[in-house]
Amino acid sequence: MQLADLVQDRPEAGRFRVHRSALTSPEVFALEQRRIFERGWLYVGHESEIPRPGDYRRRTVAGRPLVFLRGSDSQVRVLFNTCTHRGALVCRRDEGNAEVFQCFYHAWTFNNRGELIGTPDPDGYPPGFDRAERALQPPPRVDAYRGLYFISLDRAAPPLADYLGPARELIDLTFDAAEVLGGWTILAGTAKYAIRANWKLLIENSIDGYHFASVHQTYISYMASQRASVGAGTRGAQATLSATAGLSAAARGFALPGGHAGFLSGAPGRGIASPSPLWSDTANREVERVRALLLARYGEERGRRMAEQSRHLLIFPNLLFQDSHTGFRLRQIWPVAPDQLEVLQWELVPRDEHEEVRAYRLENSLLFLGPGGFGTPDDVEALESCQLGFRATEVEWSDVSRGLHRDPLAEDELQMRAFWRQWHALMQGLPAPATHDPRGATLAESRRQ
Amino acid sequence: MSAGDALRAAPALSAALALRLAVEDFLYAEAALLDDWRLDDWLALFTDDARYVVPTTDLPEGDPRRDLVLIDDNLTRLRGRVERLKSRHAHREYPWSRTRRLVTNVRVTGTQGDEVTAAAAFAVYRIRLEMALFVGRYDYCLVRAGDSFKIRYRRATLDLETLRDHGSISIIL
Repeated sequence: MQLADLVQDRPEAGRFRVHRSALTSPEVFALEQRRIFERGWLYVGHESEIPRPGDYRRRTVAGRPLVFLRGSDSQVRVLFNTCTHRGALVCRRDEGNAEVFQCFYHAWTFNNRGELIGTPDPDGYPPGFDRAERALQPPPRVDAYRGLYFISLDRAAPPLADYLGPARELIDLTFDAAEVLGGWTILAGTAKYAIRANWKLLIENSIDGYHFASVHQTYISYMASQRASVGAGTRGAQATLSATAGLSAAARGFALPGGHAGFLSGAPGRGIASPSPLWSDTANREVERVRALLLARYGEERGRRMAEQSRHLLIFPNLLFQDSHTGFRLRQIWPVAPDQLEVLQWELVPRDEHEEVRAYRLENSLLFLGPGGFGTPDDVEALESCQLGFRATEVEWSDVSRGLHRDPLAEDELQMRAFWRQWHALMQGLPAPATHDPRGATLAESRRQ
Repeated sequence: MSAGDALRAAPALSAALALRLAVEDFLYAEAALLDDWRLDDWLALFTDDARYVVPTTDLPEGDPRRDLVLIDDNLTRLRGRVERLKSRHAHREYPWSRTRRLVTNVRVTGTQGDEVTAAAAFAVYRIRLEMALFVGRYDYCLVRAGDSFKIRYRRATLDLETLRDHGSISIIL
């Protein structure tokens, strides 16, 4: 199978399909490392994880060991976690606070700005040995947007803000919305799990509204029973299902330049800031207060989008930005093998959130998401099931054509097509896809609908 | 300890032993209910104010009020979890996996009023297509109820660094 044939994209013929070798082949997997992960911007961490000088977090990005740290000068840096002497990891704890990092192999010592400040027996080095040359090295590019730090292994990558492009509008809505509550901070505790499936299956799944009703029936039933228990389940089965599923009738998919894509929807029970019939009066009053603050500060249109709209955004290639009724989280997906992926998931909360709203936020999040939720385990099962199905190699194609003929709903597959088109272009060494959906929605279009 | 010392300590020792045996019996019986998928019987072991917590693998001391954890169930959510697992739509557990729980190193860590706190080590095997092993520590707060106990607090703290071989926690740990 030639690279050019892996994705068959003929919108005019109502056809979009992906050759399953894109999800199984070791050659494709190896090429992805170079053409996808050594090119774009890759998420490293949020500034709230390292609030104090000396704070650090160990991270692995595209297989590279990194330290994400704040120096004594308060500057945030990202450095390769490898001694410039002979290579050992200089930081061997996952997180902490340190003035210096001393390599345990030969005791070279670096300060928390990455500078080499000590080598045992310095007279052993020839004249002209320059410590400055041997500082811990940063990745070729480091950049941040709204406190989210990214690296690129490609020196020629565009600035991060340009790379994000119009996706910034959605990121800004979420970040601006928490300003009235002291901004977002990442909670301690990370959900770390793995799935025996190709990484792209979880990318698709994370922005897929179509599977919700079938895969997550047990969650939908639980939510419906909760609503019924407070007398809120009388609006008819469909309304209950939509509301609990988080997909209102106005939900829409969108596709942005650069492969960033997702869907927008509305649902009750957003901590910022949409009340829920399942919440206490105290919590709902607080949510209404925050909502009023947002409308006053940002105007009716923008304030309402902040408060009422759930934003499921893929930041290409592998970061999910999800701000919904189940909370605000970042999910990063790493390929490990053609049939194995790893997930890291962080939960963000407003710093000054009311205690009761915080409790509902965390309840909503755990109820659905994460390896112990009522939803995620069944997604894991679905993805592993697909990967097993791919062993029937005689069945060569997966169909991704849903909604090609209409204004895209959240339950359509526009957002997956956008991901695949960008992926396919980059895999072929092309700067951007040549095709798009005939009725594909930008953010402005999805707002008008 | 001389034979005489042992005899003199026997009544106190036997009370402590009896309590530990009672706790062990209870934990073994609980493990058997879960291995046999008798989930309604298992749910009946909990008090109305019960809590079942599983912290994340990177923060074993995680507190659900403050931190991200993996599971934080009160009785309503625990009932929801059981209902879900009994349904044919809990796809990760349909059909049910086979499980085997080894509960050991049981220690009574305290008693206060009608409450008994206990800790134990666990190895929970889940077998379906492949085998995954959950290893960790249980912390319990049990309340005396007749000649047995009810569970007020149950915490399963994993020793794993990630859920790399597991994908999810689709069973009760």
